[in-house]
Order: sequence, then C-alpha cells, then structure tokens
Amino acid sequence: MTPPSDTNLGPESPVIDTSNLPGHSIELGRDAPLVLDCGASLGPFIVAYQTYGSLNTEKSNAVLVCHALTGDQFVAELHPITGKAGWWDLMVGSGKPLDTERYFIICANVLSGCMGTTGPRSENPETGKPYGLDFPVITIRDMVNAQKLLIDHLGIEKLFCVIGGSMGGMQALQWAVSYPEHVFSAVPIAASARHSAQNIAFHEIGRQAIVADPNWNGGDYYSHETRPHSGLAVARMVAHITYLSESSLHQKFGRRLQDRSEVAYGFDADFRVESYLRHQGITFVERFDANSYLYITRAMDYFDLAEEYDSVLARAFSETPVRFCVISFTSDWLFPTSESRTVVHALNAAAANVSFVEIEADGGHDSFLLDVPELHVTLTGFLGGAAAHRGVT
Amino acid sequence: MTLEAVKNGNEALRTDLQVIADLVEPGSRVLDVGCGDGALLAYLDVKKQVDGRGVEISQAGVNSCVAHGLSVIQGDADTDLKDYPSDAFDYVILGQTLQATHNPKRVIREMVRIGRRAIVSFPNFGFWRVRFHLLLHGQMPLTEVLGYAWYETPNIHLCTLKDFVTMCRELEVAIEKGITLTHTGRIDDVHPTGLFSNWLAEQVIYLLRRGSD
Repeated sequence: MTPPSDTNLGPESPVIDTSNLPGHSIELGRDAPLVLDCGASLGPFIVAYQTYGSLNTEKSNAVLVCHALTGDQFVAELHPITGKAGWWDLMVGSGKPLDTERYFIICANVLSGCMGTTGPRSENPETGKPYGLDFPVITIRDMVNAQKLLIDHLGIEKLFCVIGGSMGGMQALQWAVSYPEHVFSAVPIAASARHSAQNIAFHEIGRQAIVADPNWNGGDYYSHETRPHSGLAVARMVAHITYLSESSLHQKFGRRLQDRSEVAYGFDADFRVESYLRHQGITFVERFDANSYLYITRAMDYFDLAEEYDSVLARAFSETPVRFCVISFTSDWLFPTSESRTVVHALNAAAANVSFVEIEADGGHDSFLLDVPELHVTLTGFLGGAAAHRGVT
Repeated sequence: MTLEAVKNGNEALRTDLQVIADLVEPGSRVLDVGCGDGALLAYLDVKKQVDGRGVEISQAGVNSCVAHGLSVIQGDADTDLKDYPSDAFDYVILGQTLQATHNPKRVIREMVRIGRRAIVSFPNFGFWRVRFHLLLHGQMPLTEVLGYAWYETPNIHLCTLKDFVTMCRELEVAIEKGITLTHTGRIDDVHPTGLFSNWLAEQVIYLLRRGSD
C-alpha cells in the first residue's frame, strides 16, 4: 500500500452514507424493548446484517461471526463504502475455514455501530433527531442480546459456532456465558475475559482525542457541516499502533523516509510510518462515526465476564456444554496470550471442553485478520471436529 | 504415524498406548496428560467414543492435535492439573511422561483427585538390561525406551516398578491393575510379588485410584 502524500486530517471528508447498504436489515424489539445493562430500554431498533452460504434444513450449520471494534457485517465481500475486500475474506468463503458450502455465516453490525444497526447516529424517535450522546451506553452483553433476537428471528435454536477476534472474541465468550444452551461451539480469538487497564487507557486516549476536537460539539455534530474527523483520525492512529507489533512496524517501515531522500527539518510526515498512520486516520473517518467509536470502545472497557460471578471466572462457565477453541498470537501485546490462558484455566476449572492454541505470528493483535496459515489449519480442524460431533456434514 | 491412519485403524498404536486404551471403558470422560501427537486420543475418540481432552507441553503438538479436531490445550502436568475440579474425568492418563515431571508425587496425587481412575505408564529402571548396562559398562543406561544421553535427557525422575509401588502406598493410592511390557512386546500382568516383574518389565502400566487397597 502506498500512503498518499496528502496528510490533511481536516473535517472536509465526505459524510458516510449508509442509506442504501447491501445485505439485510431487521427491526427488533418492537413488542418488548431490549433492556440494557445501563438500565435503559431500547426498542424498536434496527440490526443490519449480512449472510453467506445457506441454512440447512436442520438449521444446525449457522455460524455467527462477531466483528471487532471497527469492523462490520461485510465479512467476505467488497465493502460498499471503502471498496476494499471484506475484513475476513481470507477466512470466509467457499473452501475456506468458514466454508460457505458447509456453513451458514451470519454477521451483524453491533448495537451502537454505524453501518446500519441502530447507534448514536440513528434518529431518536423521541426527538426526530440523531441520538448523539442521548444514545444509551451499550455493553458487550447488550450487543449479544441484540444478536440473540436476530438469531431468534432467523428461527435458529442453536448456533453451530460463535466466532470472532478481539471484541468479536469478547462477544463469543459472552454468548457462551449468556446462552450456553444455544451455542454448540465458541471460538474467541485474540480476546480476553475482561478489558485490561492498559487497554482501557489506550481507549481513553482515543476518546479524549475525539471529544477535544471542537467539531465534536458535545456529540451533536450530525446537522453540522463539519465532523470531528481530526479527533477520530488521531484515535484511529493511536489504536492502530496497538494492533501491530514493534517488529512488524520495523519490518514494514523501519526508519525509511516518505517520498524524500533526507529529513525536512519540519513536522511534515518525513517518515513512512507517519505517512502510513495518517493514511489510516484519513481513510477511517470516511467509514466510521466518531460517536460510535466512543460507545463501542466504552462497551469493551466495561467488559468483565467474571464480575457478576464474584470475580471467579470459572463460575461463569460452570457446567457449560459449549466446545471452546481459544486462540492467541505470540506477538499480540494488546490481548496477550496470558489473557487467553486465564480463560483456559477458568474453562479447565469448569471441566469444559476446550482447545487452546497459541500461534506464532508476527503481525501483533491484527494477526487474526492476516494470512496466517496455522490459524486457518487450526480453525479448519476445530470446526471439522465440532461438525462431526454436531452431525453437520 | 498419522492421526488419520490411527482413526481408520490402518496403523497400530504404540504398544503401551494400546494397553492403556484397552483399560478405558467406552463412552467415558478422559484427560490425556502429555498427549503428544494425539494418537491415543484419536483412537479413543473413534474406537471408544470417549469425551476426550488433552494437555500437551509442546505448542507444535497442541496445534497439530487441534488441527485434527481434538480438544487439546497447551499446558504442563506439573503446574496445570490443579485447575481441574475433583472427579472431572473417569480416567486421567499419563503415558511415558511421569519420569519427565518435576514433582511426580504431586502429579499422581492430582491425577487421582481429578480422575476417578488414573492410568500411568513409565519406563522401568529396574529392567534387567538397564541394571546390566550400569553394572557392566559403568555408564548411564541407554535403551530403546531410555534413548537419551544423561546430559540431554528429559527423564529427570526415573524409578523402578518397586519404587513406584512404594510411592503409591505412601500416597494412599490403590493399584487396581498392573501390566508389564517386555522389550519383545510381551504383555503380562504384574506378578503378585512384583519381584520378577521388576526384572523383566521394560515398561509398566498401572491403573490407579484414590484410597488404600
């Protein structure tokens, strides 16, 4: 990828238009609103989702893919806004580990997201204007509860698998804890059972960057000409570093200069790594809403599976019938292997059926999105074994 | 050996693993500690329909097992058995791994705690060839089963059949069955006095449970 020389982080980038997205959309919570962890009720609300493959007659081959913080439902197709390949194109498709010839893949944009599902940018029925900060604070469990309504709507009694990386892995764990009888297997990848202090700290930097942007305007910017794009871009830049590893940054950029042979003695993007980060920031604001970023990072911060079990994680998994496959990566310092090991120890203490693989990969936290053959082999094997036990052919 | 071949019955299990497999009741819950490449688990899965789990110290071994659809985690017999609740399994198996643990006594105690039965196999240091090797050559024995030079062996806690029986008595662990393997592949029950067996067995397999005899 060649980063552009244009490094303007100004607010002039286009406003995201999600009015004509491909895929499906369903209104949920009309009869009974969704009661959120914060105490508020939400309903009716929209869940935008996408599916690949087809549901078998026994409805036993449904796989729910849960996306990460800035992901969305466009898992395995060209993204309607960015035009880039789906974020898990390597994993989902015919002949791939999540084989669309065999499994019915579902992915829904999370609650408080900005790709069609109800979030802070959606219209508040009480005011007729976008919610902004009037949108209730969402948790990972709220996201999962909304997904459960979608799964019910699709008439699926038991998901064959819930799988996801990072925040998607948090959702997979939450699914197993909240709905153990409705999940046959769960695959949390590069995830944890609770967000660490370090991770909350990084999120706080991102949020501060957004709220410090004058264009944020207390979260009420939807009717304005300008958006808090600078703040959101900085948030993305900080976060992006945490998704990589020192060695992958070094290999990719080193101290190489951008379009110049010597440093310019100024504050332009002299280094390629700077240019790359600015590019990451600029392209991100074209597809993401700043308030959604605040809400979703908050949901991750609040995640602590053990909290309601007197901080004994094993109790969250007590008697669980779910088959687990926990996966971590050696170079991931954001969700390090120790976090996955904590989950595995708790699952052992619950005598749960668990596989645990630490995969050697250089790509840092983002390794789950990359072409890591061992990840693919592991998933194919785990899903194949689970399918044999579930009777999915 | 490939796991597929073991599953299809095209390839035989290692003899000591076959002896262990024959001790396992069909349909039971099994934890295989030090499961290596997963051959025993794959066999038990297909032939005895067990609910099997594995613990393996080498990440490469774990990844290969999981890629073959087995439920295996990376872990250490010395440190990770304490996580499991009591009576979580019908059988906890430790095949040719005891002698490589740091604290064999604690490992056996944990095994009979988390499993209603434990099955342990280990090389018998009382085997006549081992004794003669040391006696005649004056050097650390090298046999088929004990194939490492003294300076690079992972086998840090070798014992004889008699030593093991003594430890079980100290731990108040009951021996339900003892089976010996000779270097020619002959399978016998441990002799009631243990005397001949301690000379003749190259490997020993014991079925154990909590409590005195």
